[in-house]
Order: sequence, then C-alpha cells, then structure tokens
Amino acid sequence: MAEEQQQIDDVLESDYQAGFVTDIEAESLPPGLSEETVREISRIKGEPEFLLEWRLQAFRHWLTLETPEWAHVNYPEIDYQDISYYSAPKKKTDGPKSLDEVDPELLRTYEKLGVPLDERARLAGVAVDAVFDSVSVANTFQDKLAEEGILFMPFSKAVHEHPELVKKYLGSVVSYKDNFYAALNSAVFSDGSFVYIPKGTRCPMELSTYFRINAANTGQFERTLIIADDDAYVSYLEGCTAPMRDENQLHAAVVELVAHDRAEIKYSTVQNWYPGDENGVGGIFNFVTKRAACRGESSKVSWTQVETGSAITWKYPSVILQGDNSVGEFYSVAVTNNMQQADTGTKMVHLGKNTSSTIISKGISAGRSQNAYRGLVRVGPNAENARNYTECDSLLMGDQCGAHTFPYIEVKNPTAQVEHEASTSKISEDQLFYCKQRGLDVEDAVSMIVNGFCKQVMRQLPMEFAVEAQNLLGLSLEGSVG
Amino acid sequence: MLEIKNLHASVDGKEILRGINLTVNAGEVHAIMGPNGAGKSTLSNVLAGRDGYEITQGEVIYKDENLLDLEAEERAQRGVFLAFQYPVEIPGVSNIYLLKAALNAVRKHQGLDELDAIDFLTLVRSKLELVKMDEEFLHRGVNEGFSGGEKKRNEILQMALLEPSLAILDETDSGLDIDALRTVSEGVNALRSDDRSIVMITHYQRLLDYIVPDFVHVLSDGQIVKSGDKELAKELEKTGYSWVNEDA
Ligand SMILES: Nc1ncnc2c1ncn2[C@@H]1O[C@H](COP(=O)(O)OP(=O)(O)OP(=O)(O)O)[C@@H](O)[C@H]1O
Ligand SMILES: [Mg+2]
Repeated sequence: MAEEQQQIDDVLESDYQAGFVTDIEAESLPPGLSEETVREISRIKGEPEFLLEWRLQAFRHWLTLETPEWAHVNYPEIDYQDISYYSAPKKKTDGPKSLDEVDPELLRTYEKLGVPLDERARLAGVAVDAVFDSVSVANTFQDKLAEEGILFMPFSKAVHEHPELVKKYLGSVVSYKDNFYAALNSAVFSDGSFVYIPKGTRCPMELSTYFRINAANTGQFERTLIIADDDAYVSYLEGCTAPMRDENQLHAAVVELVAHDRAEIKYSTVQNWYPGDENGVGGIFNFVTKRAACRGESSKVSWTQVETGSAITWKYPSVILQGDNSVGEFYSVAVTNNMQQADTGTKMVHLGKNTSSTIISKGISAGRSQNAYRGLVRVGPNAENARNYTECDSLLMGDQCGAHTFPYIEVKNPTAQVEHEASTSKISEDQLFYCKQRGLDVEDAVSMIVNGFCKQVMRQLPMEFAVEAQNLLGLSLEGSVG
Repeated sequence: MLEIKNLHASVDGKEILRGINLTVNAGEVHAIMGPNGAGKSTLSNVLAGRDGYEITQGEVIYKDENLLDLEAEERAQRGVFLAFQYPVEIPGVSNIYLLKAALNAVRKHQGLDELDAIDFLTLVRSKLELVKMDEEFLHRGVNEGFSGGEKKRNEILQMALLEPSLAILDETDSGLDIDALRTVSEGVNALRSDDRSIVMITHYQRLLDYIVPDFVHVLSDGQIVKSGDKELAKELEKTGYSWVNEDA
C-alpha cells in the first residue's frame, strides 16, 4: 500500500549513523604512482630485497592492465596519480582525551549496536593511556598466543621476523597477476595482518577478541595472509560493527588464506565503511580480492561476511578446493541502501576429489540501491564427486532498488552434483503489521524480519559479535520503513 | 473500556464500515457474527491500527484515549490485542524471540524492566501449558510451517503472555479440530477477568458454547444490524443471515 511504501522510504532516509574522522598525521608521500613511489614505500618500511622485487614486478604488470568493467556497478573513473600511497600510521595521542570529547551521536550508535561499555572508548579513538586496561588485556592475549607458537602480527613485522614464511606464501593464492586491484595492492600495500598457526594447534581464542582490544589499523591497501598448518584451526574476524570513516576513498585489500592437511580457517568480516550520503556522495569504494586455498586433504575454509557499508562493494571471497575431501563455505549478507552498490559473491573451484562447497547469499536492497550476487562454481575434470549447494535469496525493501543474480556454473566432470536455488521476496505489509500489533516499533520490526531472513548467515558469526551484527542490520536499514 | 461511535471506514474509496456503534465494558465478552464480507475483519484491523483504511467519520474511545490517534504499536502497548484470522509467517524469526520482544515492548510502556531470561522462560512455559503447546514451538520460526490450528493456538499463546485489556479474536475458532477448540476456549476462559474485555468474531455457535458471551451482535454490510444475548447466536444457527438482510 502507498502508505507502507512511504514508511519504507522514511526509514531508508534516516541518516547514516555518523562515523568519525580522525586527523591523520601529515607525514605522507605526495600523490602519484611510479616505480619511484613503490621503491620509496619499500625503503620507508626497510623491506628485504625479495619483497621490493615482487612489488616492482606487480607494479610493472599493473601498468599493462585496464580497470575491470564487468561488475554491475557504476562509478566515476579513479585517477590513480591523484592518490597518496603512503601515510604514517596515526598517532593515538591525536585522538580525543576521554569519552566526554567524543561525538555523542557516535556514542549513541555504539549503544544501539550493543558495543560493551569498556570498548567504546577504544573504538572512538580515545588516546591510549586513557584506555589503559585494554592494553594490558591485549598483552595477556599476546602471551597466550606466543605460548602456543602462534604468530599473529602486523604484516610489516612478519616481513622482518619471518621472511621465509612471507616469501613462501605471499602471492601464492592471489598472484599479483590476478586482477587490476590485486596488482595495485601488491605494488603499494601498506600493512595488514599476518597469522601462522603451527601444526596441530587450535588457536585458543577467536582472533576477533584481540581486535576488539587492539584496534586493527585498516589501511587503504591492506594485505592479510593467514596460514593454518596441518591439523590447525583458527577463527579470524576482520572489521567491526562500528561505523568507519576514512579519507581514502579507494580501498583495495588482498586477503590470502592457506589451509594445509585437515586444517580449518573461519574468516568472518563485518564491513561498515562509510556508504556516502543519500545521494551517494563521498562513500568508500571497496574493491577487495579475497581467496583461500584448501591446499591439504580434508581442509576447510569458511568465509562469512556481513557487508553493510561502502558506496561500492566489489568482492568475491573464493575457495580453491585443491585437497581431496576439502570443504569451502561462503555465507554472505549484503545490505544496500540509498545509492549503495554491491557486486559480491564467491568462486568455488573444485579441483580435488570429493570436494564440497556451500554458498548461502542473502542480499537486502533498499532505497535506490543495487545489489548483485555473482558466483562461479567450477568443477575441474579430476574433481570426482564434487558437490555444491548454492542458495541465493534477495529481499527488496521498496520498489526503487534492484537485486540481481549472476550464477555461473562450469562443470567438467560428469560425477559432479551442483544445486542452485534462488528466491526474491519483499518485506510484506502483513509481516510488519503483525509485529506492530504485538507492540514492536517499525524499526525493531524491520530489524527482526531482516535478521530472520539472514539467520543462516548470522549464526555463522562468532558468538560475541552476533548481537552487534544483528543490531547493525537494523541500523543500516534505519529509515527504510516508517 | 471501548466505545465505538458511528465509525465509517473505507478502502480505496469503497466504504466498508458504514456507521458502527458498539460499547464494550470491562469484563464483558462480545461475539460478533455476520456473513462473509460483512466487514468483521475490517473492523478488527481498524481497531488495531492497520494502515490503508480511511476513517471518514466517527470516533473510538479506548480507556479515555482517542484510539484512532495512536499508531498500531502504541495501541498494542496499551493493551489492544488482535488474534489474526490469518496469522502471517515470519521465516527465520524464532517464536520465542517475537514473544520476548512483544512482552518487553508492553512492559517498557508500563515502566517495568525487561524480564531476565529465566523468569521469561518460566512465564512462557506456564502459558504453553495453558494452550497445551509443545515447547518445541518456541524455537520454530514464527508460524513457519505451522498447521492452521497451530497458528491459531499460537495467537492465544501470545495473548496469554501479553495479558491485554482488550482482546479481539478474529475467527480464532476456524480451522480448529474439536479438541483444539476446547483447549483454546479453555485458554480464553482462563483469561476472562473483570478488567479484560474480549471481542470474538466467529461464524459458529459452537464456540459460544465454550466461551459464553455476554452479548452477540450481527454485523452485516458494514453495520451492526442486531444485538442480543447468547440466544441470538442460536437463532442465527437455525435461520442463517438471509432474514437479517431482508430486515435491514
Ligand atoms: N484492501 C481492500 N481492498 C478492497 N476491498 C477490501 C479490502 N479489504 C477488505 N475489502 C472488502 O471489504 C469487505 C469486508 O471484508 P472483511 O474482510 O472485513 O470481511 P469479513 O466480515 O471479515 O468476512 P469473512 O467472514 O469472510 O472473514 C469485503 O467485501 C472485502 O472484499
Ligand atoms: Mg474476516
């Protein structure tokens, strides 16, 4: 009904829960990209020769590439000479001195998300000595990890302390030749995370826990490498539910995961970058390459993502199922509102025997946004008895948004079983009225219905984040129903 | 409790309620009967605050407030409960989650704290017993895959938990087997009290044997054309509605 539509539009129009802008220390390279820039970045970071060489090869390759245009997204051309490719890490002391100095609007958002009290200060960028407790907790975590022989450190530190591991694995899953943004990232990446779990070790905590304590310094060109050796297990969470602003409009991260024999990696992402205003001005372009290699037999990699932010999201966390009996999973919720555009999905490449993959994708579109699922399931000639199950559901809020599904299936082995299911639905007026009649206000009702729609994905998230992520879905759609 | 005065409502320019007058005092049970398409569900929807109806005339006073000025959720929080004729499915949202959210919304309005998990579960269990529902239903999606009768039972479970002041039951008896009808009726009877009013919409005299009403009204073509006590329902059972229309 028309009124209901008006309500949907109203909820959609409420403002983005304002993020915050932290002053960035002025120490940075001037805009521009050349071999000289690449050498300079490597020099500042004091990198070994092999890494500089690798960066240079990537850069030379990047020069030969053109911007990809196949995704279902539109954006103005990016001037790569207009970007600064290095800036020194932020100085924590520049932040607010206490919570009293933090934007009350931001604090209200933390409250709505359910971020625990003692973590709000850190998330808001309050100076370190003011959040003294957190630091000591972080150290306790580090000690515990070290005891198990687990390496978990900034990428730039791993380059110095474990160059043999970096050399062995860097680019082994995502080659710098892979695509335009991967090549760019390989040439100029700033920093990121490095994780190595030794043989037979089960990481004793969610690595997300650590992030909650010790802010991940997500840069513009982030590089993450996670290796789980034989029989190892790790669960890693990237990002957080708190809204994030960044003055860099272009983000091109690369994430590589390697799972050896019987190892398991669970990688969860909550992405809430600034999406731009309701006309799409100013949001982040998030062009990410994420790929996992299930290299060992019976290894398993599970991607879970909740994508609510960014003006444009372009990412396809993928799994190469090399080892026999290996398992790949992809659970995704992508919410787009206002003018946001998301083109996301996965690739499951079955090479080993008895490999199986599951894809569950939930797209929610509101406002005038565009939300596309793009997935590839490829079964190689030697992948006897490969199995895939794909389910792709779209939920539309309002009638000005779009949902699109592009499933590609390539099967070269006759024993493969590939199943695909898709559905598109709308939040019904009946459902909304039912909830309102039970006393829920519209926003709670929408949040509840949307979370129900995404349940299969949400329950894959680490427990400690589940509630916040649920609240995040509600907040992202705030204003989409009156 | 509730006073409906000369209520006219239309949908898309078509007048469906054409001057309803009805007073329901605290503690009373009223049955509304009438042919298909008479406007019974429309009346319940208008009282519950569903969008899409245009009120062209009249007013509704509920507990000294102008009911029509309130949003649907505000009415619910003030104790207006509608048991739906066709309860909707909400996939993936567990029944217990909705129950908890609903109860907390009402409690919040009353200035009460949220119940903690244990107290809440204890309370829900006692209500499950009242309508003889298995605990398994708490963890299923709201009405998801419920049989017709199970959906109706679930409505009464919600009513029992929320303890409304004004409960409107829209054909809660339709689709119930004989045992279920008895259970649901016992559930409703247990909720009868001096400070609670119940408006039951039904097509069948059978229900009124279990839940004996204080008044019976016949709604036809958007108006209440006849009112009486429980004997009126028995008469209708014999004669049908044709005479009602002839009279009117
Ligand atoms: N949204 C709508 N648009 C057009 N007509 C409507 C709408 N809603 C209700 N009506 C009409 O209003 C009339 C009354 O409908 P209502 O559902 O209130 O009847 P009822 O008395 O509950 O009938 P039943 O006993 O079959 O449940 C019907 O003729 C119906 O078609
Ligand atoms: Mg009806």
